[in-house]
Amino acid sequence: MLLTLFNILIFPGLLFLCACAFVVEYLDRKFYARLQNRVGPPWFQPVADFIKLIAKEEVIPAAANVRMFSVAPLVAFSASITAFFYIPLWKINPLLSFTGDIIVVLYLLTIPTLAFFIGGWYSTSLYARIGAVRTVTQMFAYEVPLFISVLAVALLADSWSLSEMALFYAGHPWLWLVNLMGFAISLVALLGKLEKAPFDIPEAETEIVAGIFTEYSGKLLAILRMSISIETIVGASLLAAVFLPFGLALSPAAGFCVFIIKILFVVLLLSLLRAVFARLRIDQMIDFCWKCLVPLALAQLLLNLVLKGVFI
Amino acid sequence: MIRPGKMIAEVLASIFKKPATNLYPAEKLDMPKKFRGKLIFHPDRCIGCKLCMKDCPSGAITINKIGDKQFEAVVDLGRCIYCAQCVYSCLKKALETTDNVELAQLDSNKLKVSLNENSNNSVDKPAE
Amino acid sequence: MHDSHDFKIPVGPQHPALKEPESFSLALKGEKIMGVDIRLGYNHRGIEKACEERSYIQDVYLIERICGICSHAHSTCFVQAVEEIAGLAVPRRALYIRTLVAELERIHSHLLWLGVAGHEIGFDTLLMYAWRDREIVMDILALLTGNRVNYGINTIGGVRRDIDADEIQQILKAMDTLEERTKYYIEVVTEETTIIERLAGVGVLSHDDALRLDAVGPTARASEVKRDVRSDDPYAAYGEIPFNVITDNHNDVYGRTVVRVKELMEAYQIIRFALKNLPEGPIEVKAPRKIPAGEAVSRYEAPRGENVHYVKANGTENPERVKVRAPTLANVQAVKHMLKDRFLADMSIVVAAIDPCFSCTDRLISIKNLDNADTKIINWEEIHSYGIKWYAERGVDFSDLNKRFAERMGNR
Repeated sequence: MLLTLFNILIFPGLLFLCACAFVVEYLDRKFYARLQNRVGPPWFQPVADFIKLIAKEEVIPAAANVRMFSVAPLVAFSASITAFFYIPLWKINPLLSFTGDIIVVLYLLTIPTLAFFIGGWYSTSLYARIGAVRTVTQMFAYEVPLFISVLAVALLADSWSLSEMALFYAGHPWLWLVNLMGFAISLVALLGKLEKAPFDIPEAETEIVAGIFTEYSGKLLAILRMSISIETIVGASLLAAVFLPFGLALSPAAGFCVFIIKILFVVLLLSLLRAVFARLRIDQMIDFCWKCLVPLALAQLLLNLVLKGVFI
Repeated sequence: MIRPGKMIAEVLASIFKKPATNLYPAEKLDMPKKFRGKLIFHPDRCIGCKLCMKDCPSGAITINKIGDKQFEAVVDLGRCIYCAQCVYSCLKKALETTDNVELAQLDSNKLKVSLNENSNNSVDKPAE
Repeated sequence: MHDSHDFKIPVGPQHPALKEPESFSLALKGEKIMGVDIRLGYNHRGIEKACEERSYIQDVYLIERICGICSHAHSTCFVQAVEEIAGLAVPRRALYIRTLVAELERIHSHLLWLGVAGHEIGFDTLLMYAWRDREIVMDILALLTGNRVNYGINTIGGVRRDIDADEIQQILKAMDTLEERTKYYIEVVTEETTIIERLAGVGVLSHDDALRLDAVGPTARASEVKRDVRSDDPYAAYGEIPFNVITDNHNDVYGRTVVRVKELMEAYQIIRFALKNLPEGPIEVKAPRKIPAGEAVSRYEAPRGENVHYVKANGTENPERVKVRAPTLANVQAVKHMLKDRFLADMSIVVAAIDPCFSCTDRLISIKNLDNADTKIINWEEIHSYGIKWYAERGVDFSDLNKRFAERMGNR
């Protein structure tokens, strides 16, 4: 009981995740800056930003639905943390696990997006509403390829449980290489989920100010930003657990190192992608997802079906 | 060849380059010699013709008579647009520009400086 | 005005896409733009009027501050008009130095634009790189003229600063670096998929529309309108320098980008030629303080397009009338046309593609009353008293403004 509470609140739960969120935000910003040949922020910048926002006054628009407006960031925050408990991080068994947990994780990762939509919609600002609509429109485009490519991996392992999948891939050490295309697709979909360039359409600064975040300020904005950072970590660990399932059977210390390296790899790859593309238009984004990513994801699915039928 | 991620090679190469930006208050850039910063006034050369006052587009410079053939130049650094027309108008080369650009002050009254005092001819530091 | 739309979204006066306050009110149906209302005048500073109260030499610096980016364009245009009235023969060396600074300014303006365009389409890396390389030309300008913007190199009758052999070497070296970088940007702009996706086919302005709406500068040249004051009506040293007028037939934002990056390459050639053939001699002729009565119109190809200044002199130290037509005023009409049936996402890049400079543009002389659709012209006294009344209603007393102003000017 006490251990579970410790796990949830401190390690590897809330506190650890928040600390990681600062580190990941710093690394992302610093790496992005270095890619652009800039100096970038000092190491404490994310913490300083967080403290500044916490200390600031919250302004809620007079026309906004106060309850929905203030609840949305908390929902996004808690949903991303909850998803984290179901993902095998550096050992095969995650904190919580049951058959079918992969679906729960995927759905939990959808909740922040929906919460952003709600928050943006109920803030009643025009920019936020356009941003909210764009968020949901975009969600229907990237979720499908993401789900299909994760499903393809699960299909090969013949399990709906992340820990059983990890166990299967531990037994077949090099089989994860088959899923590399799925990894690439999911990485692109993750860019959409985290609303980063070239898919930062819902918060496109030069079009709709800050989209759904336009009216947020103070503590609520701090929580929103924190939940996006946490979502980045959770998304990266999900990708690591599903597509890069090696090093889980090592000793805890070595496994932890491998986990950190995997997360860093995914996070830095996201920063790199964000640095080299222009923002797409919403119609181009949806075209791209449905016409390129979905067929590729289906091809991965087909490949895994054939593999499973023939070899395993 | 049209392809996505055209800049990727350049972007990755940047990681190993020295950053183009610098941490400003800690590292300062050199201004070119001809830079038009804060003025220097040479009271011994001034003849009090007030051409600089006449030509100043923003009315920033004032020449006051403080004694027999003694003049002081009072410049409102907040009004000065650093065009250095006064330097060009001056027939006796009593005014000069420096490369001093860090002139910000918290108190606007401190922006109005008399260039006559000996200390003001050296480049002085802005208030912390 | 717009029969069916879902809602109106204000882009400006304050909006991240706009670097200066100006109002674009978009009527949207979903993401699609159904109509655009453009209202100018948020950035009116009364510079033309202020010019009448200052001497010609003071006006050079005031005019220079119409625009931060094309400051040399405005000051050159103004001094050309004054020199024309006064009948001054400007030394050739001065004309070459003016041309040199003009082209350096064009390089800095176009690189700045490339960065802004990158930012508007969410490509911040391009912004950072373009602006990093722009620093090279900014440093050269600071070296040459004494400041990074508002160069202050022009004076009536010539230029204020000469250039020496060492500076020429530094400029040539910088040109080589910039040329290499520009070649890279041409590659990036014409080969990066996401950039082409965002620029091609956006903000279309056909050849005929460009002529009909009087577009100028790169906006017109991207629609194959071969208009460039530098070659049509050469001023400064352009008559002696060979260069190509870049045009493009894409008619869209992509074309405008291509025109600008190719103009950069031309600018390097012009600068090299000007430095090689820099004539010896004086850089200034003495200009009289009192300009004889007369009037003149001066044209100048600013980085953004044709810039027109009108100056009327009455024999005193101050001009009687100064009128400025900045290029953005000519191009802003086309924006409304370009945005028709486009998406909200295209709005910022279409507006940015004319390289707008709103503070240059704002000339509030006619008031359109939207309620009863009549137009009236307000004179100086009326707008002055209106301003005092407007502030008085809000508890600010400006009634003694004139007196305070006179006192301050009297102190000088």
